[in-house]
Amino acid sequence: MIAIVDHGYANIRSVDRMLRRLNQIPVVAERPSDLKRASKIILPGIGAFDGPMRRLRELGFIDALHEHAIVRQRPILGICVGMQIMTRRSEEGEAAGLGWIEGECRRFRPPAEAKLRVPHMGWNKVAIAPDAKLFAAFGKEAKYYFVHSYYVALDDKSLNAATCSYGADFCASFQKGNIFGVQFHPEKSHRFGLGLLKAFAEL
Amino acid sequence: MLLTRTIPVLLLHGHGLNKTRQFDYWKYLGDPVNAVRIFNEKEVDELIVLDIDASREGFGPRIKEIVELAGECFMPMCYGGGITDLEQIKRLLSEGIEKVSLNTAVHTTPSLVEKAARDFGSQSIVVSIDVRRNADGRYSVFSNCGRKDRGIDPVAFAVQAKNLGAGEIMLYDIDRDGMKNGYNLELIKAVSDAVDIPVIACGGAGRLEHLSEAISAGAHAVAAGSLFVLIGRLDAVLISYPPQAELEKLYAGSGVFA
Repeated sequence: MIAIVDHGYANIRSVDRMLRRLNQIPVVAERPSDLKRASKIILPGIGAFDGPMRRLRELGFIDALHEHAIVRQRPILGICVGMQIMTRRSEEGEAAGLGWIEGECRRFRPPAEAKLRVPHMGWNKVAIAPDAKLFAAFGKEAKYYFVHSYYVALDDKSLNAATCSYGADFCASFQKGNIFGVQFHPEKSHRFGLGLLKAFAEL
Repeated sequence: MLLTRTIPVLLLHGHGLNKTRQFDYWKYLGDPVNAVRIFNEKEVDELIVLDIDASREGFGPRIKEIVELAGECFMPMCYGGGITDLEQIKRLLSEGIEKVSLNTAVHTTPSLVEKAARDFGSQSIVVSIDVRRNADGRYSVFSNCGRKDRGIDPVAFAVQAKNLGAGEIMLYDIDRDGMKNGYNLELIKAVSDAVDIPVIACGGAGRLEHLSEAISAGAHAVAAGSLFVLIGRLDAVLISYPPQAELEKLYAGSGVFA
């Protein structure tokens, strides 16, 4: 069973709808005890880094997430800010991240002459690493919907599962054993996102 | 680089969809849920749904209906029509609507744009600018779904919207709505040159080439009604959307990718 963590800074409904399309009946976890029966967890997120991080602490989720992802090593997928809070910290806020992924979040600073707007918002393509587990075999047409101003800068580039480019290359997805993160929104990315969630559900 | 977005626009009128001409009701298209479902299957980049009764008749967003439509969307959806306060915006965004479009409220309570951008981020806030050419040949911004002439220059208004915190401008030429004779390229150029936020061009698309013309003129995204809901000289109702490969070919070499 997949649990979706509800910390109040996420679009739970869209993720829930897409999982149901895959014949999954997800549980929306509003308290840590809701995670006990979960075989997999999705950690969604929109907005700024500190909001969900502080709320997870207030609700007492941190230990339960640690138990699932680190002690039991069960699959967990972070989406957008849900991905970013898996790192140590972000330039966007003060709060400490979960610290599972060696890296931190930085703001896009495209050179003025590039005329690139921040946030990076819209559909973009990604280059997929050969061992990436969540990316089904779509051809060159695969595209994903992004909305973000900060990105994950990995210390260890070998964790990179997909690379996107906006002014410069950045991490669109990481993978570290059972821990996965995607910067884009699979729940808003048609069959390309559906395929990714399907691969996660079938891990 | 970002891909150029091609966005169908659906207009809610009563419990059905209507395709307007120059903002007058024209053609009944059918059931909104069905239309949205087909656009979802065709994998459109984004969908804009506007309730064209709301600000004319003075009611707020019909949340239940809108949520039902969003439930069919596995892509971003933008909703506009009758939004006057922050609570409505909060509710819509929490229901999985990606963006809200503000129009009449920008004139009556400009601070709403500012507050909404601060609370929910500029990326969720679209300011919609409906423009018509007056008898003296000058462009003017209209509110209340084309009913009220505000006597403001669209370029100045776009700059004001950007300064208030709008993340995008939707630029709708009322005179070209439903006419299928191409976008107002001069207007698109003037507005997109004046602001550094994305401009979505709307009004006038009748052929695919019109889309790339608007992009070349400076639009960052193109929106269209008739082109994606009507077909042929008799304007029969048929929902269509070009395959992604065709759109990528269409935009190759035209305009910007941001």
